[in-house]
Amino acid sequence: MAEPASVAAESLAGSRARAARTVLGQVVLPGEELLLPEQEDAEGPGGAVERPLSLNARACSRVRVVCGPGLRRCGDRLLVTKCGRLRHKEPGSGSGGGVYWVDSQQKRYVPVKGDHVIGIVTAKSGDIFKVDVGGSEPASLSYLSFEGATKRNRPNVQVGDLIYGQFVVANKDMEPEMVCIDSCGRANGMGVIGQDGLLFKVTLGLIRKLLAPDCEIIQEVGKLYPLEIVFGMNGRIWVKAKTIQQTLILANILEACEHMTSDQRKQIFSRLAES
Amino acid sequence: MEEETHTDAKIRAENGTGSSPRGPGCSLRHFACEQNLLSRPDGSASFLQGDTSVLAGVYGPAEVKVSKEIFNKATLEVILRPKIGLPGVAEKSRERLIRNTCEAVVLGTLHPRTSITVVLQVVSDAGSLLACCLNAACMALVDAGVPMRALFCGVACALDSDGTLVLDPTSKQEKLQQCLAAAQAASQHVFRFYRESLQRRYSKS
Repeated sequence: MAEPASVAAESLAGSRARAARTVLGQVVLPGEELLLPEQEDAEGPGGAVERPLSLNARACSRVRVVCGPGLRRCGDRLLVTKCGRLRHKEPGSGSGGGVYWVDSQQKRYVPVKGDHVIGIVTAKSGDIFKVDVGGSEPASLSYLSFEGATKRNRPNVQVGDLIYGQFVVANKDMEPEMVCIDSCGRANGMGVIGQDGLLFKVTLGLIRKLLAPDCEIIQEVGKLYPLEIVFGMNGRIWVKAKTIQQTLILANILEACEHMTSDQRKQIFSRLAES
Repeated sequence: MEEETHTDAKIRAENGTGSSPRGPGCSLRHFACEQNLLSRPDGSASFLQGDTSVLAGVYGPAEVKVSKEIFNKATLEVILRPKIGLPGVAEKSRERLIRNTCEAVVLGTLHPRTSITVVLQVVSDAGSLLACCLNAACMALVDAGVPMRALFCGVACALDSDGTLVLDPTSKQEKLQQCLAAAQAASQHVFRFYRESLQRRYSKS
């Protein structure tokens, strides 16, 4: 007689916590603990080494390290919560220990304050528009948050329009709020996105790659056809070219370039430039 | 076009004798896993153990009905569909077990008033189904980018009871302990496999 019994085992936090510096650029899994540089010296080989007490307290240089997406602080270590590659950025002005984050590939967007996103207006209720940004709840957009909008001069926004704006309130406890003006009151490219064009969805990792400062893909695409393009950090791209065929070609290229190597991409671009 | 990572792992250790309870050496069947194969869900994974295969999809953090929302953490739902027929009581009990495991591991407090839904579909069943469901759910949650404080896996083990030893409770307990120890040792193989398959996926970018 045999009785099956299932055992669900939770992964222990690895054999030993590793130093964050040694894992840079490698794939980390949820549940791993990472040591910050200042703790590495304390944890010598053998753990339970007694350190002699020093009478004059050495100036313990507390370096302020920022925990980015995918990492959480647990005790005095960093706990990895998402799977991806560990990255580090040195501090610019010299204060603090820099930023650590996990570069993960995701499809679902979670609103973050300050992000510029493309939203679709789904409802108009009184003075507020409800905008779908791809998160767990629709964001709210007041009609006064457009450039030059007053109570008498309302902006021309209909249900179904595309809006490019940024979040002013976005945390886990409150409904996200977005606006289409910057802190000086100018539109700065935000607002209702014009007619025609095509909106499509890609992964968040691809958007970050395309918006990196020196991205070759955008420069090459720009040389191909004259186009207008808007990137939303929520994974949405709006593109418009002179003809529908060119627009579709551009949309297909941008969707596919996530999985292509740079050689394949150059081949495709050269083939398109010829035709 | 979908990003697929096919990872196969064959883990074989020494096999114990037939009738006695399993020793520390264990033999797990051939594994295979594929991630990001479905276009609609935020995360998806297909896990194969020998001939048992389960497909998992994760949606979240997404909108939740006001009746089901929890004010300070995410609402986790698990739906398990058998290969044929309608879901019954056995599926409900398995769903509850998988949900309890996921709730212990997913950081729900980061996404209050949202819902995270895990949908599991049994594609073929040739033993150790619950373990395969747990593994598929874990890989799908990782693929969706849901924040977790640890990974989890499932390993199934069976108790063989001999006629004379059934009556003696202490040796029965011993057998259970041996099973637990063997399963824990085997779970290290599964975690190593997770790491290898995810590294292969990220090595392309």
